[in-house]
Amino acid sequence: MSVAVTIETIEKRFDNFPALRGVSLDIQPGELVALLGPSGSGKTTLLRLIAGLEEADCGRVLFGETDTRNLSLRDRRIGFVFQQYALFKTMNVAENIGFGLKSRPRHERPGRDEIRKRVGDLLDLVQLPGLEKRYPSQLSGGQRQRVALARALAIEPRVLLLDEPFGALDAKVRKDLRAWLRELHGRTGHTTVFVTHDQEEALELADRVAILNEGRIEQVGSADDVYDHPATPFICEFLGEVNKLPVKVVGSQAFFGDRPVLGGLSQNQGGPASLYVRPQHLRIVDETPLALPGTVEHLRRNGPIRRAEVAVEGLKKRLEVDLASQVAPAIGERIRLRIAHGNLFAAA
Amino acid sequence: MTAATTTFRWREPSILPGFGLALGITVTALSLIVLIPLAALFLKAASAGPADIWAVATSPRTLAALKLSFSAALFAALVNAVFGLILAWVLVRYDFPGRRLIDAAVDLPFALPTAVAGISLAAIYAPNGWVGSLLAPLAFKLTIPFTGLSFGFDGKVAYTPLGVMVALIFIGLPFVVRTVQPVLEELQSDVEEAAALLGASRARTIFRVILPPVLPALMTGFVLAFARAVGEYGSVIFIAGNVPMVSEIAPLLIVIRLEQFDYAGAAVVATMMLLISFTLILAGNLIQARARRRFGDV
Repeated sequence: MSVAVTIETIEKRFDNFPALRGVSLDIQPGELVALLGPSGSGKTTLLRLIAGLEEADCGRVLFGETDTRNLSLRDRRIGFVFQQYALFKTMNVAENIGFGLKSRPRHERPGRDEIRKRVGDLLDLVQLPGLEKRYPSQLSGGQRQRVALARALAIEPRVLLLDEPFGALDAKVRKDLRAWLRELHGRTGHTTVFVTHDQEEALELADRVAILNEGRIEQVGSADDVYDHPATPFICEFLGEVNKLPVKVVGSQAFFGDRPVLGGLSQNQGGPASLYVRPQHLRIVDETPLALPGTVEHLRRNGPIRRAEVAVEGLKKRLEVDLASQVAPAIGERIRLRIAHGNLFAAA
Repeated sequence: MTAATTTFRWREPSILPGFGLALGITVTALSLIVLIPLAALFLKAASAGPADIWAVATSPRTLAALKLSFSAALFAALVNAVFGLILAWVLVRYDFPGRRLIDAAVDLPFALPTAVAGISLAAIYAPNGWVGSLLAPLAFKLTIPFTGLSFGFDGKVAYTPLGVMVALIFIGLPFVVRTVQPVLEELQSDVEEAAALLGASRARTIFRVILPPVLPALMTGFVLAFARAVGEYGSVIFIAGNVPMVSEIAPLLIVIRLEQFDYAGAAVVATMMLLISFTLILAGNLIQARARRRFGDV
């Protein structure tokens, strides 16, 4: 049922705006892949290209061995969930879900009872049993979302595509649906691609995350890969919070001003660079040769995390520092920071 | 509990004031402009006495005029519903040179004095007019075998019931276009894309997905075009030929009665038109209200 999706060097322009600039991506059968990026990065365009709702200027999309350029929308067998759900509002839930089955050519169309049974099964699957007779206007946002998913699954799609599936829902419903979708994917095993601008969502849900920026894929990898080993400064800044320090690399050490802040670097990178350090990788220490002195200017708490804003001489932006539970600096206190881990990128 | 369910509530209490004032103005304006004149019409018709009312109401000429007025209006509204919908679709969906001009031209039947429209239509649809002369060779007559029923087209439009319909189509078109257009503009293209991806043919997408949400607006446009067509006078009399029993519309019959100083007779015909129109329009509105309640707005 599920097929591999191969995207080969896709280019797409709208008027003169290049939406995609040479995007390639291999998706395994049954894999759950997130397309993550800021708005305007081309992620939705890529999803619509896979669906066949847009045509590429060059490059192609393969389902298994089949070149999709020769397939009609019907023959692609795509389950697509739209951001605004795109439910048919003059049809009730059962008619919405059964629409794809009833649209098949006569000789492939299941019988009336068969369709009714399939609709019932799908409603059970999306945990909305008994809502057959409701109209979309009588459903909550989360329920509409699940009806849209059931409608997409009804045609036994080869590939399931979701455009910002949780974009229009409130935070609590998003969390619930996220866990539910992960579980559903585990049970049904469709090759699934979803678009999101929410990095937390992408990292939690997807087997692999493809991060797009300005029409290019900057990195593809598991959540751990992209978070712990970001390939570019953009990914560093896009995934979670990060402090940026302009440094100079000499030998195996990185210097902020004339003070060494990070050691043990491989020898081959030298010259000016940017050091990206996440708040949880900055530790307050008593004395160490590689340390950054600063002044605590602000303290705040965000749920379980206590955060200090530390001003460092020669740096315009204050550093964000996560505090260990036993550490309690006072505002105005002079402290020293050790960088436990950082990502270094040569300055462009 | 019982008090709440049994007491008649004039209105739901609201925090926002203005109901009394708004209702007062509404009732006053409606009375002065619509209800009192219509009541006077009923009184005038009643002054004729039952026998005379019956005689006027059942006279063959009255019945023929009413039949023509309502059937031609119905036909014209149907034609307008179909072509108005297509026109609105084209104006909303496609961008082409001259789109704004056509969009503006749709409203011309509103603005043009109806007599001007009638005279123009009569001139071009007359047997020697631009269009009329082209239609003349197309005359045909078909007889359905075994039934003896026959219908045909004798090549004439102007000065026949067909001419009446042409005039009514002309004046009713903007109603359908202008009521359907905003609804089509609101239709999301993702619904169409969803239907296509689910495997629906283009025809199925149009009839099951695109049209149903447009239907209430189309119905409104249809009812408006119909109502306007029933009451139309100015354009029709120039193209109809006004042959009693053949191409004489009810509004014209009313004017003829007036010119004969038969005010009660005129009032009786007018009252009949009023009652039929009101019933049909009410029915149309009820159908729409039901559709709106059911689907709501998503």
